Amino acid sequence: MEWYVFDTWIVAVGALCAAACALAGSFLVLRRMSMMGDAISHAVLPGLAVAFLLTGSRTSVAMFVGAAVTGVLTAVFTQWVSRLGNVERGASMGIVFTTLFALGLLLITRGAEKVELDPGCVLFGAIELTPLDVVADWTVFGVLLEIPRAFVVLGAVFLLNLAVIVLLFKELRISAFDPALATTLGVHAGFMHYLLMTLVAVTTVAAFEAVGSILVIAMLIVPPATAHLLTDRLGMMVVLSVVMGVLCAAGGHAAAVYLPALTGHEAVSTSGMMAVTAGVLFAAAAVFAPRHGILARSRRSLH
Amino acid sequence: MRGAVAMESGRKGAGRGGLPEEHSPRSPLSVHDLTVAYHRKPVIWDIDLEIPEGKLVGIVGPNGAGKSTLIKACLELVPRSSGEVRIFGEPYRVQRKLVGYVPQRESVDWDFPVSVLDVVAMGTYGRLGWLRPVNRRCKGLAMEALEKVGLADYAQRQISQLSGGQQQRVFLARALAQDARVYFMDEPFAAVDAATERAIVGILHELKRRGRTCLVVHHDLATVEEYFDWLVMLNMRVVASGPTAEVFTAENLRKTYGGKLTLLSEAAAAVSKEAGEAE
Repeated sequence: MEWYVFDTWIVAVGALCAAACALAGSFLVLRRMSMMGDAISHAVLPGLAVAFLLTGSRTSVAMFVGAAVTGVLTAVFTQWVSRLGNVERGASMGIVFTTLFALGLLLITRGAEKVELDPGCVLFGAIELTPLDVVADWTVFGVLLEIPRAFVVLGAVFLLNLAVIVLLFKELRISAFDPALATTLGVHAGFMHYLLMTLVAVTTVAAFEAVGSILVIAMLIVPPATAHLLTDRLGMMVVLSVVMGVLCAAGGHAAAVYLPALTGHEAVSTSGMMAVTAGVLFAAAAVFAPRHGILARSRRSLH
Repeated sequence: MRGAVAMESGRKGAGRGGLPEEHSPRSPLSVHDLTVAYHRKPVIWDIDLEIPEGKLVGIVGPNGAGKSTLIKACLELVPRSSGEVRIFGEPYRVQRKLVGYVPQRESVDWDFPVSVLDVVAMGTYGRLGWLRPVNRRCKGLAMEALEKVGLADYAQRQISQLSGGQQQRVFLARALAQDARVYFMDEPFAAVDAATERAIVGILHELKRRGRTCLVVHHDLATVEEYFDWLVMLNMRVVASGPTAEVFTAENLRKTYGGKLTLLSEAAAAVSKEAGEAE
């Protein structure tokens, strides 16, 4: 197999997607709300479907907004079900997101005759196809750059997440660490919760096309969880989780390109390999991390 | 007047000891008819309190008496079913900056990736306001507070590397960095070592010297008279509130812990021990 410009775009889209997810995901992991990413990434489906059926276009802003709104509603519904139904939050999350996801699948398969939105594509994404959807052509130093739409969308979301985290770093930190104290100091924990949920929903929707709903959770959680093993500082953890995400994207696509030739398989999915790379990096960190790794801990307990 | 024992139970609403019914602007905490319920079951009921300034106030009562809930309701962390809370005569929302909070140690994740200094600096966030990053001055205040609790050498450690007692002192240091006028502390003495207990008592006394008021949820009846000059005895309702010397009596203890026999005998032992020492 050979490497084309096409492949570089796939890596660039994957890297931006993973980086945007890692930024929002770091705070999900620290708030012990990893499953919320899972819930939101599934529950945005009916939002996508409704917006799609209404506008009939996959590029519309309406679709993006519809899904983001559903994502935030998931967080709201979860809170309601847990309070009114008197069930713990994990269970109420399970109730809300499976219901919304099923509704979304129903809408898609019902409307599938009219519109080409493939449930498989929704689940697993289509990162290999993103470079085909070009929004702009630029010629830089005589080289023609065909900018994929996904690159622009994910780039914008990455910058949004970055801006929020840089500007509100101390607010995000205190509300994740000690929400009650944060509230007494005027950093309303409920507000910060929904701000983060909005970021997760927006990121999820943007990442949907590239990696699909199942792999969004891997990109949201695994790189930050890996970074958490490697450092004891929040700022460093956020930076490292972005680095991990980018490594997953590059490593995942390289594996997808070169692995079939080595093993004799026909084709390997890029987004699948991105998740596998993320898992491998996590396993390596779990064993070799300087303070929290298995080796370091067993060495400490020997002394 | 203020020193008069305010026996609240069964006397709701009536002006107490000649005090007017409105909230005194000089009282760091005055509570009227406060009720909090979870799922329609009341946790605290009809609470009336008037705490004088500059006191070390112990809040005691059996498990489930609503001690933490009382604190959280005053800080608007749990919704009130009814009633009013005033901090120096104004609602909490207005006076937020004057109020410090020391939550229970178990309420946070100690594996969180922050250093000891980072956590203590959080005390200054309220004064900093939104969007402003933590600056050198905040870190300086945090370092001063850490020195006061004897943990300056641990400033750069990750918080899970501290012992339970040291973690409790970090929370205290954070409250000091906040420099509030009235502090609400939720069981700072729970499961701490002797050094930490001494450190906390030292800090409480320093706060008192500086005219601050501290309300402390407390479990150990044996140290009540030694640590606190004002006592609130709580069991869903306020059984008694007043100077420790006047309200810490066997009868009030029975009313507060009534029915819980083991606790009652523990309490009785504490009182008789105190009485024995006084002779």
